[in-house]
Amino acid sequence: MLGYIVKRLISLAMSLIVASVVIFGVVEVAPGDPASFMLGINAQPDTVAALRTELGLDQSKLDRYLSWVGGMLTGDFGTSYTYRTPVAQMIADRMWVSLPLALYALTLSTLIAFPAGIFAAARRGEPGDLAVTGATQLGVAIPNFWFAMMLVLIFAIQLRWFSAGGFPGWDGGFWAGMKALTLPAIALALPQAAILTRVMRSSLLDILGEDFMRTARAKGLSARQALWRHGLRNALIPVLTIIGLQFAFLLAGAIIIEQVFFLPGLGRLIFQAITQRDLIVVESVVMLLVFAVIMVNFLVDLAYAVVDPRLRTRV
Amino acid sequence: MSRNLILGGLLTSVFVIAAMLSFAWTPDSVEAMNIANRLKPPSADNLLGTDHFGRDILSMLMVGARTSIAVALVAVGIGMGLGVPLGLAAAARRGGMLDEVIMRMNDLIFAFPSLVIAILITAVFGPSATNAIIAIGIFNIPVFARITRGAALSLWKREFIMAAQVAGKTRTRISVEHILPNVANLLIVQGTIQFSLGILAEAGLSYVGLGAQPPIPSWGRMLADAQTMVSLAPHVALIPGLTIVAMVLGLNLLGDGLRDALDPRLKVVRA
Amino acid sequence: MSLLCIENLSLAIHGTSILKGVSLEIAEGEITALTGESGSGKSMTAFATMGLLPKGTVASGAIAFNGTDMLTLSEPQMCDLRGREIGMVFQEPMTALNPVQTIGAQVMETMLIHKAMAPEHAEERAREVLDRVGLPIDRFPLSRYPHELSGGQRQRVVIAMAIALRPRLLIADEPTTALDVTTQAQILDLLKRLVKEDGMALMMITHDLAVVSDMADTLNVMRHGEIVEAGPTAKVLREMRHPYTRHLFEASRHQADLGAAKAAAPLLSVQNVSRDYPLPRESLFGARPMFKAVRNVSFDIRRGERVGLVGESGCGKSTLTRAILGLEPTQSGKITLDGDPVWQDGHPNLTVRRKMQVVFQDPYGSFNPRHRVSRLITEPFHLLPDPPRHAARNTAIAEALIAVGLKPEDADRHIHAFSGGQRQRIAIARALIIKPDLIVFDEAVSALDVRVRAQILDLMADLSRAYGLTYLFISHDLSVVRSITDRVMVMRAGEIVEDRPTADLFTAPDHPYTRDLMNAAPQLPDFPEAQDAPQPAL
Repeated sequence: MLGYIVKRLISLAMSLIVASVVIFGVVEVAPGDPASFMLGINAQPDTVAALRTELGLDQSKLDRYLSWVGGMLTGDFGTSYTYRTPVAQMIADRMWVSLPLALYALTLSTLIAFPAGIFAAARRGEPGDLAVTGATQLGVAIPNFWFAMMLVLIFAIQLRWFSAGGFPGWDGGFWAGMKALTLPAIALALPQAAILTRVMRSSLLDILGEDFMRTARAKGLSARQALWRHGLRNALIPVLTIIGLQFAFLLAGAIIIEQVFFLPGLGRLIFQAITQRDLIVVESVVMLLVFAVIMVNFLVDLAYAVVDPRLRTRV
Repeated sequence: MSRNLILGGLLTSVFVIAAMLSFAWTPDSVEAMNIANRLKPPSADNLLGTDHFGRDILSMLMVGARTSIAVALVAVGIGMGLGVPLGLAAAARRGGMLDEVIMRMNDLIFAFPSLVIAILITAVFGPSATNAIIAIGIFNIPVFARITRGAALSLWKREFIMAAQVAGKTRTRISVEHILPNVANLLIVQGTIQFSLGILAEAGLSYVGLGAQPPIPSWGRMLADAQTMVSLAPHVALIPGLTIVAMVLGLNLLGDGLRDALDPRLKVVRA
Repeated sequence: MSLLCIENLSLAIHGTSILKGVSLEIAEGEITALTGESGSGKSMTAFATMGLLPKGTVASGAIAFNGTDMLTLSEPQMCDLRGREIGMVFQEPMTALNPVQTIGAQVMETMLIHKAMAPEHAEERAREVLDRVGLPIDRFPLSRYPHELSGGQRQRVVIAMAIALRPRLLIADEPTTALDVTTQAQILDLLKRLVKEDGMALMMITHDLAVVSDMADTLNVMRHGEIVEAGPTAKVLREMRHPYTRHLFEASRHQADLGAAKAAAPLLSVQNVSRDYPLPRESLFGARPMFKAVRNVSFDIRRGERVGLVGESGCGKSTLTRAILGLEPTQSGKITLDGDPVWQDGHPNLTVRRKMQVVFQDPYGSFNPRHRVSRLITEPFHLLPDPPRHAARNTAIAEALIAVGLKPEDADRHIHAFSGGQRQRIAIARALIIKPDLIVFDEAVSALDVRVRAQILDLMADLSRAYGLTYLFISHDLSVVRSITDRVMVMRAGEIVEDRPTADLFTAPDHPYTRDLMNAAPQLPDFPEAQDAPQPAL
């Protein structure tokens, strides 16, 4: 088990290193000099040079990469070209919107998908199953940002249950914050829930055909008992994979959904940064997103080992 | 033929035909603005109504279908063109260096959702439809590589592959001659699904302004433009949205129908 | 009164008739065997008794258990019977256990689901039962997971689950088919012992007449969903009133007519060959332990010689086969054919490949389903520098097909149009088409029903006599090897422990392992009159 974790950790570190090199490399090839861009076309050459030194742009690429990575490891994400404020502070403020949103959506999607998938698998081919699979077919076809607009139209504009956008901040109380994130989280979660339901259902149906399910029936378990006691945990393995993948989509989706609801999250930050060519911000936010995805997949790998004893003995 | 196949095929063909037709004819111009005629609900003059510049929504959708289909199709092409050979190569030397490198690269790309790739590219080169294609295409590579490798690995254990090896054929030749035709069904079905995901991704990217730029019409930007109008004229948001749903639903039904027709046991990935 | 009484049972799945008027009785303490070839309906009879039929099955007739017709029972009533009154053991021990639960939890579940006892007692009982089936608690604690056990050990766990509540009827569906012959003997002994100790009834499903001949009290021979002959085992085997029983019996101990052995110059030479595989690390930074699949093996095969290679699973015979075929390199030693090395400069040697062909086990997996027979059997032409074309190619195809008893017209058909036996003929045609010096038969008849197996063995003998073939016949089954080889090598744990002429080896096995193998293999009784009886056509 320890060996398994260490091996995963090594792979995690490798992924992070390669990802950081890729991100840094892509941003490096960007045309134009951030210093001249920030100071405008009328800037004096010596002013530009001074700013370049201040931003560390005159160092070699390797030095800049190392100081970028080293800075991130110590929580120093550099200074925004545009706002001249620490990027870490900007990210920290926004993260408290984006991360709760993604987690809220992940929770919703799991809470919907598990019962729906189990329900459909237990009633394979019956009307209940057909209704669920039909709904998931529709669910995977709906763009989440459009669904978000429709939610706003119905629940904010027509019914006035929620506000159409904006975020009061967590200072206004936990529930006020959660309320503001509810419509965005539903919009994010439903299409993902549709996918997860399908995976849960088909994974369970695969397991139902396994020999050990027949063994369970031969012991005297009813079809439902066999499904719950033997099917579910085995079916969880592919489902976990998808949950891990979905987290990446939820984070990315959150960036889009934030646009619909005017939420001051990482999405807003990154789009502002793109317009203002504040590349250090783009670079750091992207790295953070990728870090989150890689971390979640690491956790999923650990979850595999909890679910599947065969992995624990493997080194 | 299953109901899925027929319904999916019909829906898909409607959009493909509309996109083709738009090269020759649209009910109205997509560039001519007519502010006086703005935000009109569907009527005999404008079957699906007009947008905030008074443009005919049906015509916009027809031309937009071109963008969506082109982006998604080329992105699937990139994913298949690179992913399938990589998957075949990885499976042919299971556990070897090449396999390890390809699979690690796959894992890495999976950590970059296509939106994040698009953000990176746009930050550097500015937004365009090409960026959308590259971003979605890159993300498709590991999808195809992975399913191809998985299917190929189980084929490599089959005795007819060993028989071909005994007949002196090289691994490359076996991959092309025996493995590829036997994973073709899976690739067709997965390709349909990736196509539908590509349509969704393209809509999302152009919604946030990372996709096709004006004046090229695209479904995603029609929705972005509609956002502030939604309370005044719901149809400007409703109609393009339903169009996307219909196209994606059509492709998914087609994929399911093809799977049932070709081989119901095919294991496709959807994430 | 009988414990189980099946009367006129008929089954149809979605309109296809599976069983037609099956009737049989099993008394307590009695072992009743159902035998027949694949598709005869023997397993469906077992599943019908368990009430575990696939969806869409329509049953008629009666299955009376202890006087109650189970076909009329509700599903909850059946759940109550299963595991408590009727237990079942399955064919595939590798997949019959839940991989994510401990064996203790799985054995205890039988007790707990029927609320037969409190959890503390169930745990105690699980220990007892596992001990009873030969898994002593000190070596097999309840916390073990299935993947930590071998196939035979897993089958013991499955049996423990089935007998935990001392059911009155045990159904065993091909319980030893997936196991090695020595393990098979142990499991059969275990089942016999349990029947005797508990006085339960055992319904034993098997395709292997030899397995049941010295075990079952009554024998039911099934074909196409019907019982064609039934009665006390000894009586059925002595009289064999139905021609089908006779055919099965004859085919099970079929001896092909091989003709005289020829001695000539050595063709294949295997010298001091070893092959290791790295195993997963045991500790994080330790060196990877090596599994020695083949250890320093040497032998020759002479031209015209027909040699068998026998061993249980994991003995290294597959690895050795792959090395001989040049599919994998070896770590040390040398394999040559006609003096040329099989593997040269990191690549398989094409000159040697040209002289060697192989026939695999699985008649369904050895052909690319997308190609026609003509393309399938001409694949080895790829090895020739100047392969025949057009008319010459067609002649070669026709000749090869005729040689294996098929028709030249079959060349244009797809593989799915053929039965398992026909496919194996096509596989042989593919091996013959470039007239190789050596053919390797890798478990080539193991997946076939006995009667088809007998036909394929005859075909091989015919071809051997007609073309003077040299072959290496690899099998896990000693009895098959006996009829089709001049010489047998017995392999165990990567080493060849005995290598002698077939006749000698079978009359006086030298090595204790060979003796174990021969003693473990179930034998058909010898009834001389059966062989003399007239043989009606099928």
